[in-house]
Amino acid sequence: MNASKTLVYDGSFNGFLTAVFIGFEHKLTHADIQKQGQLQSGLFAETETIFTNIEKAQRVWNGVRNKSNTAIKNIYFAFLSEQNNMEALIYRYIQKLMGSKHKGATDFSDDGVLKINQLAHKVGREKHRMEAFARFQLTKDDVYFANIEPDFDVLPLISKHFRNRYADQQWIIYDVKRKYGLFYDLNTVEIISLDLTDIHSNSIEKSSAFTEAEYEYQDLWNNYFKSTTIKSRINNKLHVQHVPKRYWKYLSEKKEAV
Amino acid sequence: MDFNRIKEKLNILADAAKYDVSCSSSGSNRKNKDNGLGDTGNGICHTYTEDGRCVSLLKILLTNHCIFDCAYCVTRKSNDIQRAAFKIQEVVDLTINFYRRNYIEGLFLSSGIFKSADHTMERLIAVAKKLREEENFNGYIHLKSIPGASDELMYEAGLYADRLSVNIEIPTISGLKLLAPDKKHEDFIKPMLKVKNEIIRYKEESKIIKSTAKYAPAGQSTQMIVGATGESDKDIMYSATHFYKNYQMKRVYYSGYVPISTDSRLPSLGSEVPMLRENRLYQTDWLLRFYGFSVNEILDTDNPNLDMDIDPKLMWALRNLNHFPVDINKAEPRMLARIPGIGMGSVHKIISGRKYRRLSWEHLKKMGIALNRAKYFIICNSSDWERRDLDAATIKGMILQSQNSKFKNQYNNQLSLFN
Ligand code: SF4
Repeated sequence: MNASKTLVYDGSFNGFLTAVFIGFEHKLTHADIQKQGQLQSGLFAETETIFTNIEKAQRVWNGVRNKSNTAIKNIYFAFLSEQNNMEALIYRYIQKLMGSKHKGATDFSDDGVLKINQLAHKVGREKHRMEAFARFQLTKDDVYFANIEPDFDVLPLISKHFRNRYADQQWIIYDVKRKYGLFYDLNTVEIISLDLTDIHSNSIEKSSAFTEAEYEYQDLWNNYFKSTTIKSRINNKLHVQHVPKRYWKYLSEKKEAV
Repeated sequence: MDFNRIKEKLNILADAAKYDVSCSSSGSNRKNKDNGLGDTGNGICHTYTEDGRCVSLLKILLTNHCIFDCAYCVTRKSNDIQRAAFKIQEVVDLTINFYRRNYIEGLFLSSGIFKSADHTMERLIAVAKKLREEENFNGYIHLKSIPGASDELMYEAGLYADRLSVNIEIPTISGLKLLAPDKKHEDFIKPMLKVKNEIIRYKEESKIIKSTAKYAPAGQSTQMIVGATGESDKDIMYSATHFYKNYQMKRVYYSGYVPISTDSRLPSLGSEVPMLRENRLYQTDWLLRFYGFSVNEILDTDNPNLDMDIDPKLMWALRNLNHFPVDINKAEPRMLARIPGIGMGSVHKIISGRKYRRLSWEHLKKMGIALNRAKYFIICNSSDWERRDLDAATIKGMILQSQNSKFKNQYNNQLSLFN
């Protein structure tokens, strides 16, 4: 295979792993793997379209997992970061991992390993933030509804947490940026896409989609938030560091501040 | 539900509860049962107050009526404030509705003491029981153990709560006599002891018979007020160590005294909250629990107080320069953990990293180690290291110069008090 070839995959994680498989098969030292629709390589580079193949993807997945459980998590998290060029980084990471005698991807003195770790760490933090900052509002159809706008594509990572916790209520968590969401109907979690006319951030204006009591509880919560602050210890720098401003518009306790 | 009335109560009873600094909701392992509501895990901070503290639980008092008159407490009998009391069902509804909206991990319920210790404890238990049995609520519940409550009630409390706590508040017995003359030291200890014994018993039994019954799975904690009675850091940390050891405390919290009274036994209104000191105590607590230090290495009769301008690990290192420099590529983990500027995370990175190659300054920097502090205490794979025989004062001066302490302002203020 020509060294300057670009592998184009469909954007899915399995698609990416298939591309890694093909890259290994052709013994590419550097793989230029890119998402369909986001091609960035030179005009004249040759491209090969990769068709997602679950079996091949599985083989890469298992190969990595046999080496290290941390690595498999790091790879998946780094993938969800959607960062430019993360495909090439992960490719190199897997290469290194498969070639290494040590069972693990813990060489923190290696740049590539550090970089993947950092990406995975960032995505992990965003997952954690969404588990913390998603705010449900109760609709008149008895569904608890939350909009989020995460920096990375973390919906697949938070599904389990919400499923385990809110097992007795229907809920939707919708990613406004990526235009898809999760819907739990008391049995299973499904992926949905919605035609949202309103983005239901926690605006001061009320929406008729939600129950009356919903706004009473938001009000109570905002009051609680205020009375629990100790005035003589105010430290806004710390506050904003923990709750960055870009998340405020979905937090009912911050709606007056937005 | 009369939302306006609830709002009034919530404002009063949240305001009175906020001086309890504990907001931990971790350490329990309660799973969601029968497709009910909630579970517990690592504990999530759902938001942060404007003073930068984690908000993870709905933290309120059941009532702020109290028959006692502890000088350091806003709820004390003689204080002229608005009083309120929640009904049991009101607390249950608030908890459930906040929880369903993903505002909180659960409830932290405390109370002023009305009528008697037992009567108060009974009501706290009633809330927890209702949440667990009627609402199938599996989120986190932290109940305050009321000083003087009976063993029977403390037993029952542990069946529903994830965590129980009694705040010792005043680290020395003499301080307690001065500020809360009608409270007895034994009254604090008794419920603590009962809870400790039950936790041990449940653990033992669960080894023999497999059962899902739980007793306070997140253990117990306590809190001490810092800076209310002229106690030393040694007083505080020795007493903390005592509670960790003898009562198997999960956590001891340190709460800088917030002036709330004109009582002449206490720091006057408007005096600064000792936040820096509080922070140093937490750092010390951390060294004791995770870094293998013992308390007398850090504080003793000759050094009864922590250094305010440097962290306690650096303070220790400067007093023990004979242990340094440490070779990053060879040293045992326990010694790595004692190097100023190197946290536990970095210790693990060093240990994994040095399997592949000998580490140099460049590697250490990339791992995120605070070299401005660490460099005086280590050698690594480089011929370039600090070889001058610097004395402790010089090293301290150089480190201070290189870092702009975030607490500098406050530190200066505190200093000026003594000028
Ligand atoms: S018994 Fe508790 S609530 Fe009452 S005054 Fe003393 S510390 Fe405050």
